[in-house]
Amino acid sequence: MTSAIGFSGVSRHYGDVKAVDNLNLDIAEGEFFAMLGPSGSGKTTSLRLIAGFERPTAGEIRIFGQVAQGIPPYKRNVNTVFQDYALFPHLNVRDNVAYGLMIAGTPKRQRQKSADEALGMVALGGYGDRKPSELSGGQRQRVALARALVNKPKALLLDEPLGALDLKLREQMQEELKTLQRSLGITFIFVTHDQGEALSMADRVAVFNNGQIVQIGAPEDIYYRPKTPFVADFVGSSNVLPPEFMNGLVGKSSYGAVRPEAVRLAEQGQSALVRSVSFLGAATRVTMDIGNVPMTMLMPKGAAVPKAGETVTVDWAAEDLHVMAPA
Amino acid sequence: MSSSVDTQARGFLTSLSDTLWRKPGLLVFLLILPPALWLGIIYLGSLFALLAQSFFSIDEFTGIIQYELTFKTYAELFRPSNFDIIIRTVVMSAAVTIAAAIIGFPVAYYAARYARGKWKALFYLGVMMPLWSSYLVKVYSWKLILAKEGILNWLFETLHLGWLLNAYLSIPIIGGNSLSVSATGTFLVFLYVWLPFMILPVQAALERVPQSMLEASGDLGAHPAQTFRHVLLPLALPGVIAGSIFTFSLTLGDYIIPQIVGSSRRFIGQAVYAYQGTAGNIPLAAAFAVVPILLMAVYLWIAKRQGAFDAL
Amino acid sequence: MHSDRAPLGLKLAAAFGLAFMHLPILLIFVYAFTTEDKSYQWPPPGFTLKWFAVTWERPDVWEAMQLSLKVASISTVIALVLGTLCAAAVSRTRFFGREVISLLVILPIALPGIITGISLRSAFNLADIPFSFWTIVLGHATFCVVVVYNNAVARFRRVSGSLIEASMDLGANSFQTFRYIILPNISTALLAGGMLAFALSFDEVIVTTFTAGQQQTLPIWMLEELVRPRERPVTNVVAMVVVLVTFLPILGAYYLTRGTDTVAGQGK
Repeated sequence: MTSAIGFSGVSRHYGDVKAVDNLNLDIAEGEFFAMLGPSGSGKTTSLRLIAGFERPTAGEIRIFGQVAQGIPPYKRNVNTVFQDYALFPHLNVRDNVAYGLMIAGTPKRQRQKSADEALGMVALGGYGDRKPSELSGGQRQRVALARALVNKPKALLLDEPLGALDLKLREQMQEELKTLQRSLGITFIFVTHDQGEALSMADRVAVFNNGQIVQIGAPEDIYYRPKTPFVADFVGSSNVLPPEFMNGLVGKSSYGAVRPEAVRLAEQGQSALVRSVSFLGAATRVTMDIGNVPMTMLMPKGAAVPKAGETVTVDWAAEDLHVMAPA
Repeated sequence: MSSSVDTQARGFLTSLSDTLWRKPGLLVFLLILPPALWLGIIYLGSLFALLAQSFFSIDEFTGIIQYELTFKTYAELFRPSNFDIIIRTVVMSAAVTIAAAIIGFPVAYYAARYARGKWKALFYLGVMMPLWSSYLVKVYSWKLILAKEGILNWLFETLHLGWLLNAYLSIPIIGGNSLSVSATGTFLVFLYVWLPFMILPVQAALERVPQSMLEASGDLGAHPAQTFRHVLLPLALPGVIAGSIFTFSLTLGDYIIPQIVGSSRRFIGQAVYAYQGTAGNIPLAAAFAVVPILLMAVYLWIAKRQGAFDAL
Repeated sequence: MHSDRAPLGLKLAAAFGLAFMHLPILLIFVYAFTTEDKSYQWPPPGFTLKWFAVTWERPDVWEAMQLSLKVASISTVIALVLGTLCAAAVSRTRFFGREVISLLVILPIALPGIITGISLRSAFNLADIPFSFWTIVLGHATFCVVVVYNNAVARFRRVSGSLIEASMDLGANSFQTFRYIILPNISTALLAGGMLAFALSFDEVIVTTFTAGQQQTLPIWMLEELVRPRERPVTNVVAMVVVLVTFLPILGAYYLTRGTDTVAGQGK
């Protein structure tokens, strides 16, 4: 696979604030790549560095082999879907979509036809004459998508594009985006703070924290084999076990992680004090303390549930305990 | 052929745009340069030139300006005749400000809290129109009103209240031969001309008070009058202070209104005008001009501490 | 409290405030038709239209009017350019001098007009610049910048950010972005700002008394009449016309900026 986007030693510092710090990254052509992290972790800044809205303070970015240094956004063959969609309020939907083609000098007839086709692709055929303000959030999101895709970019950058949609619409759009990416075969780079979204859509996920990538890999890798306590906690809401605890457990002074659904009540194991019990529908979540280590257990529907204040014994299968590399 | 020129022009603009993108500071610099030059050189330059002259003095016999740094001119401000002018102007500014707050508050309050839809627009225009109406026409209208043969005297006579007006005019300082040559007349015109400048910021401040806050106050057991006193009034205060900046400053520097309606007792603006004009005493005029600047600097400093700038 | 009816006292006080602001102007309209020409007699002894004809024939009124229109037009154009540039720069970046620039723009109108006027006059004297049409324009443009700036800066803030980025992302360079995205979105704010600047300049008297030589703008003409009344009926008619002429741009600016975050006239 050839490299679509490459970061080598890229930093973006604002004074003392290191928004992106010494980032190294390679995104392959045709890949659906997710940048996942809490707000302020540097994922959006990284995306803006690719688009050209931000300039690196150090390092080099390559876009399809070309060094991006000094190339303004309007000369980069990538397009962006903005978090707030950034539809032009004074243009109707068709002219919004045709904007990039107009700038490129495409004749009017042709660009309007292309715009209508692109609108058809996102199931908005017939909406061309409306103003963006007359559309719902989901529709605006699709217009933003069509406006970017009509220019046939080599890579599409999506900045939390589903953040403003409600849950049901979001799930639907996740499916559609995935299908679209498969059929177009172009590189999608997707920024999100929603780990479910990242895991379900992406071929590869990079987890960001404090301006750096803490782990990069396939969704399963990230989910089952977190490299740091942060990834374990942020991506999978895993129970993070501190080194002292692990030392007593496996005789090794490194962090460990165990998924809440892997924890179960047992005859033998760790004695735990139940703090609270909450019913989630498909399962019940029990939070408890093993000594001073907090632990969450997800119990399937139908199981007998302990009460708050009870002392119970919990355990997990040896293969469910993920041992991280020593810090 | 024209298209090749077009392409060339486009190519030039694009490469210029590239350069501006690579050096974002340059773009801002180019944008800010013309206004900064204009305001910096023409305006600030003149202002400093004027202020500098206040440190010169004038030879009392020859009337020639002596270009030596001195505080002599400032000392002259404290001569009784000059100091009276300053006191008179400050008292007038304060009186106008207080009266504007009292008359303006109900209008702003009604517009912000009760007027809806069409009425709201009407109220807004009802304040905007007088605000932007010609200053001189507004002053002129009061010359008509206050004239001896004018509508106000006629009103008093018609209501058989002429004696009341005469009694009022016989009071020293605020009275005079007729309303149009009394301090009261000057005060009325000032109040009229600057009133809209008080209403707008107060209305803006009142409109920023969220409805839920008033409901919360009511919910906590406050009577509407108590809500007004303990919630609305304190929140409107920054707006009143913002408005008072206008009314105070505008009264402080005006020289036309007291010239047209009022007694012969002068205000700061008139003193500045007279000293720079017929008297040719530019240093003293400049020193007088510093007084409103200093007063406003102090006033603004206090207002800033009260958070009035958020209501502007 | 919204649902409540306003207390009667408040209604009366608000009505009094509004009446106080409007009745004097209405009075001007009555006086324009009075037959009395030697005093400000009330009630007018009779009504006539003849003063309109008299005023129409007066070359000095026409000249003053023309000069005022010319000054206001050119000052407005200069203010539009400078105010827009300033607003663009301030909204674009958080450069260090942002607050300083805002203060600099507002200062000519925040300080009493007499200070601006006398500063300019003494500067012209120092630099040996003779008073002319252009010295008037110089002064007017200086204090009109703030009106354009205030109207434009709020709108710029709304347009800048992701809309500009989106345009550049779609291939438009800075100039194309300005022409196709920024300009259409700020045009109404600029128009409103321009109208207010025009009204401000058309009406200005204090600074003008210091920066004008022999020329008479309409306000200067009126000021002369106010200080030394010579032709009261003509003054009455001119006053009424001035009121009507300034109302139009104000109304226009109001309708242009209605329902947006900019409020016309906040600059004055």
